[in-house]
Amino acid sequence: MTKTKMRTYSYFFLLPAGIIYFVFYLLPTILSFFFSMTRWTLTKWTYIGFENYATFFSETSLSIGFRNTLVYAVVTCGLKVVLGLLLGAFLTSRILFKNYLRSVIFFPTLLSTIAVGIAFSTMMHPSHGMFNTVLASLGITGPDWLGNTKIALLSVAMVDVWKGVGVATVIYIAGISAIPQEYYEALKIDGGNNYSAFWNITLPLSRPAMNSVIILAFIGGLRSFDLIWAMTKGGPGFTTDLIASIIYKQYQAGFYGLATAGNVILFIAVSVLAFPLYKFLTKSEVNL
Amino acid sequence: MKMTKSKPLAFVTSIVLMMTLLAGCGGGGNAAEGDTGTAGSTSKKTTLTLMVGNTGTTLEALKAVAAEAEKKLNIAIEFDIKPDGGEGDNLVKTRLATGDMDDLLVYNTGSLFLALNPEEHFMDVTNEPFMANVLDSFKTVVTSNGKVYGAPVGSTNAGGILYNKKVYADLGLSVPKTWDEFMANNEKIKAAGKTAVLASYKDTWTSQLFVLADFYNVKAQVPNFATDYTANKVKYATTPAALRGFEKIEEVYKKGYMNKDFLATTYDVALKMLATGEGVHYPMLSSGLDTIMANTPDQIDDIGFFAQPSDSADINGLTIWMPSGLYINKDTKNADAAKKWLDYFVSSEGQAVFASKVKAAGPYVIKGATLPDDSYGAVKDMQHYFDEGHTAPALEFVSPVKGPNLENITVAVGSGISTGKKGAEDYDKDVEKQAQQLNLPGW
Repeated sequence: MTKTKMRTYSYFFLLPAGIIYFVFYLLPTILSFFFSMTRWTLTKWTYIGFENYATFFSETSLSIGFRNTLVYAVVTCGLKVVLGLLLGAFLTSRILFKNYLRSVIFFPTLLSTIAVGIAFSTMMHPSHGMFNTVLASLGITGPDWLGNTKIALLSVAMVDVWKGVGVATVIYIAGISAIPQEYYEALKIDGGNNYSAFWNITLPLSRPAMNSVIILAFIGGLRSFDLIWAMTKGGPGFTTDLIASIIYKQYQAGFYGLATAGNVILFIAVSVLAFPLYKFLTKSEVNL
Repeated sequence: MKMTKSKPLAFVTSIVLMMTLLAGCGGGGNAAEGDTGTAGSTSKKTTLTLMVGNTGTTLEALKAVAAEAEKKLNIAIEFDIKPDGGEGDNLVKTRLATGDMDDLLVYNTGSLFLALNPEEHFMDVTNEPFMANVLDSFKTVVTSNGKVYGAPVGSTNAGGILYNKKVYADLGLSVPKTWDEFMANNEKIKAAGKTAVLASYKDTWTSQLFVLADFYNVKAQVPNFATDYTANKVKYATTPAALRGFEKIEEVYKKGYMNKDFLATTYDVALKMLATGEGVHYPMLSSGLDTIMANTPDQIDDIGFFAQPSDSADINGLTIWMPSGLYINKDTKNADAAKKWLDYFVSSEGQAVFASKVKAAGPYVIKGATLPDDSYGAVKDMQHYFDEGHTAPALEFVSPVKGPNLENITVAVGSGISTGKKGAEDYDKDVEKQAQQLNLPGW
């Protein structure tokens, strides 16, 4: 009784959101663990234990998928962190057309990923594409961006960075704007220049922003799917398959139990990588 | 005191919120149902929905049939267009499983059809009078557990090599009977500065033809391949005759006979290159002729067709693809109208309207429907294989086992990432999953 009196609002207010969360988030998550152990046609299922996991791990393209997923996540995340920071620092300094430039950087984020993928795969056509036409006019023979098995994944990663760096920049801008001006004034009195201001104030004090960017970009990279599907569909062959595209292909083929097992594995893989990373990053954060 | 009163109030408020949400969801559904209800009662016209893929000219031909049928039967068709290939399979399976399928569906026959759980989703039409005119060769590929589920859409189709006759005449080449002769022709074509073998791996499905269209040759050497394959007794990688299909892709790649940028080339572009003579051989289905007719009609007479050559001159025949099937959704509310529509579609009148829009890519599977005299020259090239009895249905029509990743594996082989042997091994692994999903004995 006394506890109830202390609260202004009743827990019953949580009920609508709670039910929705349970039905649409918690329940499917729990069920997916179950269905990953069945052979499932969406209407009927037979329990087969861990057979799906065994099949999934014996998939020939899986090792490629795991390696590609890691490479893709690390490359896109790294570039977004570095480019985002540089752009963020640049766009918070006193420059002309600041607002205009900020919107230009953010603009690709607003576009549909599929549309971006289709547009870039057209521009990356080995002989008629815009990229290689421009390179040819400079006397350089451009590579087959999406057909060359060595660079296809990186080509897609570059497009991902082009599209996603805007979000990173906005987070950095918010973080950098929150740094009190007094620090910079103190540095000026001590005779520091812009260069030392960036290294000694902006960089260490935007660590919280940087951590958010790292976590968001890394998890985003690990579970990335739409862009790679729009540009290469995992091809040529299986060379640009990510874990997510392998799962999708199995779902497409009607192997629902197997695809669910793949999703459980992806869930575990993302958790295993992301949680320690998050712990590590927050521990070393500097408080303002 | 105040707080205890607020508890029931909060409870009521939350319930009201829930109800509002649910009403919001339900309202949309009710409104939609109401709409169709009133439309039906005012005009007395029945409207059926029909799902069909967007590749080729089938859609246009079906539209023409639908327009005629609307006049005759007062049944209108609302088309629901789906993508083809893997994306389309995905969509169809999901819509079937969620009970959201259209009244009618045009979909593949054979193994892909069997993967849909036909008994659960489609109406049994075994004893419908309109099925009497359909040939048994077609009925077997839309049959599951002794019941027939579909009517044929269009003509059969052959897999082999489409070639440019004009270039053949210019270079003094003759139609090859063996694989060695074919490769010799390729060498001469390459020397003449043209693309010998067209590949269009941007549309990944087109990469499978050398394997799939080789099945006549496989069957001629290993007559029981299909049954043993279904029973998990033979494998592609360990059956030399079957492995040849994969090796053929590898050989063509290694000799450098393929077009530049083949990974970025699409089906339509490859057909255009074939029509202009820029490329000379295109391993493809004869239904590609329809696309040539639509895009470059002036060149259609330059295109010929021959069966995929085997290693021996004694074995020379066509691998045949059955037409797609037209299926009725088991849960349709307009079953009678749907049957009436199928009856009209299969009738000679309906078939005539259909054939006016899409020319035959091979013989028809309806009794009395013969190839018209103005058929494509390439289709006439196929006739002698039929007359001699040198044809066999593709593996997907005699075995339910077809792996979903064949197209990616053949792209890998055809672009030098993998070898023919490795590709065949990968494919053997790939089909295992499909066989297990279908609960086939022996897997």
